[in-house]
Amino acid sequence: MFELLGIPPQALFGQLLLGLINGAFYAMLSLGLAVIFGMLNVINFTHGAQYMMGAFAAWLLLGIFDVPFWASLVIAPIIVGLFGIVLEKLILKRIYHLDHLYGFLLTFGLALVIEGLFQWKWGSSGAPYPNPIPGGFNLGFMFLPTYRGFVVVAALVICLATWYGIERTKLGAYLRAATENPTLVRAFGINVPRLITLTYGLGVALAALAGVLAAPIQQVSALMGVNLVLIVFAVVVIGGMGSIMGSIVTGFGLGLVEGLTKVFYPPASNTVIFVVMALVLLIKPAGLFGQTK
Amino acid sequence: MNATRIGYALLIVLALVAPTFAYPVFLMKALCFALFACAFNLLLGYAGLMSFGHAMFFGMAGYFYGHVVKAWDMAPELGLLLGVAGAALLGLVTGALAIRRQGIYFAMITLAFAQMVYFFCIQAPFTGGEDGLQGIPRKALLGGLIPIKDDKVLYYVVLAIFLFGYAAIYRVIHSPFGQVLKAIRDNEQRAKSLGYEADRYKLLAFVLSAGLAGLAGATKAMVQQFATLTDVAASTSGEVVLMALVGGLGTIVGPVVGAFIIVTMQNYLAFTGEFVLVIQGSIFVVIVLAFRKGVVGELADWWKRRQAR
Repeated sequence: MFELLGIPPQALFGQLLLGLINGAFYAMLSLGLAVIFGMLNVINFTHGAQYMMGAFAAWLLLGIFDVPFWASLVIAPIIVGLFGIVLEKLILKRIYHLDHLYGFLLTFGLALVIEGLFQWKWGSSGAPYPNPIPGGFNLGFMFLPTYRGFVVVAALVICLATWYGIERTKLGAYLRAATENPTLVRAFGINVPRLITLTYGLGVALAALAGVLAAPIQQVSALMGVNLVLIVFAVVVIGGMGSIMGSIVTGFGLGLVEGLTKVFYPPASNTVIFVVMALVLLIKPAGLFGQTK
Repeated sequence: MNATRIGYALLIVLALVAPTFAYPVFLMKALCFALFACAFNLLLGYAGLMSFGHAMFFGMAGYFYGHVVKAWDMAPELGLLLGVAGAALLGLVTGALAIRRQGIYFAMITLAFAQMVYFFCIQAPFTGGEDGLQGIPRKALLGGLIPIKDDKVLYYVVLAIFLFGYAAIYRVIHSPFGQVLKAIRDNEQRAKSLGYEADRYKLLAFVLSAGLAGLAGATKAMVQQFATLTDVAASTSGEVVLMALVGGLGTIVGPVVGAFIIVTMQNYLAFTGEFVLVIQGSIFVVIVLAFRKGVVGELADWWKRRQAR
């Protein structure tokens, strides 16, 4: 077998695949954050908790009602999305007129409450979720577990569908218009508050969907979203929240960068995304795809 | 003004006699967090910069202190000094990058940098990784004059450090520099058009705040004789925000009150385990929704309304 810069190809491609999978989650989560921020002006710190809730919903649906993974892929995001809608109606909508910081603090507090409750009920050690499509392909240069391949493809489809929904449909046009100028859109007779609620529900559902996809790969645990949401914040800073496509590209790209770092200099793999963030701030403070406001 | 002076005098008398009726280690811990919260509030309350990564200064200074005193076997004063200097330097680097973005991005960037420091601390050899730095000796201060092995003696040292930090913050806020900071907080564009270089003021405020947070962190390591990952973790960054928020942002005594409330709460609710997080989270939600001025801010408002009647 050939070698690349002294690295066996199995290790290289294995880590690249892992990077791509991580990138898929970064992309899906940063996408949701960007969509929510655009509409609500709130950085949704609860995003990591809602991702965790998605995984938990799938796990509980399987454990209690014997619902298969494929059904959970639809049901779990709906449940968590509805929870998001309730949250928005009851709590979030009270702080839109305040400074962004309060939204950040409020959602941070909500994340603590949700994660604390799950930890209290189910402990912090994780529970396994059975792999829905075991097995894999031998591609010659590496072994590809089928499920992991599926996650990357599914994430791509989800991201592109979200992009299409926002950039190319009528509802998406309303959404973008309301982000630009809510008062004017309201004057045209569109129910902006309902649009906001809907957006939050969809963003939360997206996070939950990512959580369901992650369940068979990771352990389902109360704290699975804690560190992830912090990395996703860095991803959002790097990409800028101005563009949907930007979020997707940045998410996948940073996953790959992380994977490559794991191959060539493992000690830095945890911190490389933050280093990239520092570099981007130095060179292009508004973010790779951001507009300076 | 007179009422304020009497209030301060009463508080200082209370602080002096406190060890006779309260556990000194608890008081010292609360004082360290109070200074930490005041340092944080200097930034958010007076410069309008919300750092969600202040634990990196607090925790790193603890590690610096521990390393200087334990591994290098040097005087605790030097440990405090290097803790402050290290935290201020870290503040200079991260602050210079973070102030390139405003508002909510600033919070996310500081949070990300703190997470980077956290991961660094897990791996770096001098922090002791998951175990942390344990058993930092309590060596006598001033070349042997003040033996800090005794908790009651150390309490007065910590109180002096706290008062020094508090006075420094008071001085900064009431200086012309502090006035410019407030002007930038209220309207950055206007301050700029008046010829103030907003970024330099913000950076200096950030470095000052980081250094004082470092003083608090190093002092905590001196008291507890250990430095661990908890102090650099994101949860600690959240806690200090909560303390300042509970007490009252932009009030000078607020963070002290907030720190005592939260530390006391953690002390008495420790038995509930994970539920402390739930309670802390709920406090965040309630304060943001209903009491954004915090305890001290609401009291001050109530007092003003009473005076007006």
